[in-house]
Amino acid sequence: MTERWNAGVIPYAEMGYWKPDYQPKPTDVLAAFRITPQPGVPPEEAGAAVAGESSTATWTVVWTDRLTAYDNYQAKCYSVEPVPGNEGQYIARIAYDIDLFEEGSIANLTSSIIGNVFGFKALKALRLEDMRIPLHYVKTFQGPAHGIVMEREYLNKYGRPLLGATTKPKLGLSARNYGRVVFEALRGGLDFTKDDENINSQPFMRWRDRFLFTMEAVNRAQSETGEVKGHYLNVTAATMEDMYERAEFAKELGSVVVMVDLTTGYTAIQSLARWARNNGVILHLHRAGHGTYTRQKNHGVSFRVISKWMRLAGVDHIHAGTVVGKLEGDPNAIAGFYDTLRLGYVPADPVKGLYFDQDWGSLPGTMPVASGGIHAGQMHQLLHYLGEDVILQFGGGTIGHPMGIAAGATANRVAVEAMVKARNEGRDYFAEGEQILKAAAKHCRELDVALATWGDITFNYESTDTPDAVAMPTSR
Amino acid sequence: MRITQGTFSYLPDLSDDEIKAQIQRALGQGWPLSVEFTDDPHPRNTYWDMWGLPMFDLHDAAAVLYEVNECRRAYPRHYIRVNAYDAARGRQTVALSFIVNRPPDEPGFRLDRQETADRRVRYTTHSYATERPAGARYQEAR
Repeated sequence: MTERWNAGVIPYAEMGYWKPDYQPKPTDVLAAFRITPQPGVPPEEAGAAVAGESSTATWTVVWTDRLTAYDNYQAKCYSVEPVPGNEGQYIARIAYDIDLFEEGSIANLTSSIIGNVFGFKALKALRLEDMRIPLHYVKTFQGPAHGIVMEREYLNKYGRPLLGATTKPKLGLSARNYGRVVFEALRGGLDFTKDDENINSQPFMRWRDRFLFTMEAVNRAQSETGEVKGHYLNVTAATMEDMYERAEFAKELGSVVVMVDLTTGYTAIQSLARWARNNGVILHLHRAGHGTYTRQKNHGVSFRVISKWMRLAGVDHIHAGTVVGKLEGDPNAIAGFYDTLRLGYVPADPVKGLYFDQDWGSLPGTMPVASGGIHAGQMHQLLHYLGEDVILQFGGGTIGHPMGIAAGATANRVAVEAMVKARNEGRDYFAEGEQILKAAAKHCRELDVALATWGDITFNYESTDTPDAVAMPTSR
Repeated sequence: MRITQGTFSYLPDLSDDEIKAQIQRALGQGWPLSVEFTDDPHPRNTYWDMWGLPMFDLHDAAAVLYEVNECRRAYPRHYIRVNAYDAARGRQTVALSFIVNRPPDEPGFRLDRQETADRRVRYTTHSYATERPAGARYQEAR
């Protein structure tokens, strides 16, 4: 024991950060890290170092530790296992006492867990694969401003995926022209249209003008269809003051939804989520920038962790992958994200990349959004992989329709309704998808033309971010 | 115009057999069915009139369809919808809702604009049907 406190540098494992016999408490925050130690660094020492640097430790022994109940505050690495099929990589599981974290603060949680440790020299690479947030800690967060159930009741839309489209081109349209795209897409049958992540308030279209023209379009479409419609008005801006001003204006104009980008930061998102609940406005999150740290398997933060943080932070919608579209997405990994966002209790499942059981208690679900290179001809696959509580966003797949934007929207709507109807009738819609769509197209020329235009477009590339369980990756 | 509320409004009107198949699926999920009707289909009109209570203890699709047809007989020119309800914890809301009857002529809505300051407009969706008193809407022309 005395040696532990001698001045100098001793291995983290010997400082108490490696405890293979530790039994995690139900109140502990748990993390699974994928570690790639530098040559010569034993994996247990690397795991202990991660535990140390993400909790109480510094590089040398400090006597001031002895002024604290350090056993309690030290994170404990309690298991290190090699990753199947990836030599030199290990999964280190670390337990953190709940007292290490401020209640209801994503910023505080993440400053601990990913604050310093990712640049640590003893590791070649480090990835936060998953976390278990104990229900005790979950209960200190607001969670989704409204959640899936409240959103459906608010919109009066049940029993099918919702449909959306991002206005294209992303940049350059004047406010008047922008509103035209919104109007056509909504009157044709979509539920939502969307600002893109980088539409904020640029010289070609200032935010206030966009909001005014867009709400004219939303209201026109609502009166032409008798359905509630929405447009995600992006309130992302340089300061919280600007964002609140824009959000307030959107609310005054009667918008049911506003949107924010992940680039604004966790605290901004939590603030807007609080605003959204207090003001009855749905909050949509665009995960702008996440690919910089979620995609590579050996380094960064898995998107399933971002999903957890964002559900706690309180967003109602989050983009979470399409499986079949143009952007990264292994089916099993995506199923893990969708489960994490939607379910009340998510059991551990290595095949889906879920390392821990996660109990959300009564925290509402966040609606996942699938967008990026999807079209009506994939409707059976989308319903099969993504289920019903999802927003399917067809940007090019609506706006690029040869007969016009409204026709593109109608094609998507007919396709989704036909597929849900077939599923409910007990048909094997995944296998018979193409026939179901062709039959629906007989009474819908818009769908017929959409299938002729995009029917055989696929994006079959090998995924980068796949769970490393026993049998991986899935094929399709 | 054709009001497109409900899960299947973009498809051709469902036949009785098709309605029955949807009811069957709902019953298979443990979701009780209910029938509701209205002569004011405003998108924010949440509470349509109930055709009796939700059929919590009815497990026969044909019996539910019978109620649909009874409602149609009583209100042939109203909007009628079938709802399935999911009482599971964490859900406790409508699981499926689709229109099974419409008036032969759907007058739809007018968008009223009230111009205010700063280019702002206040919008109101006006249901043409409500220009006549409840009970006197969607009558056959005399």
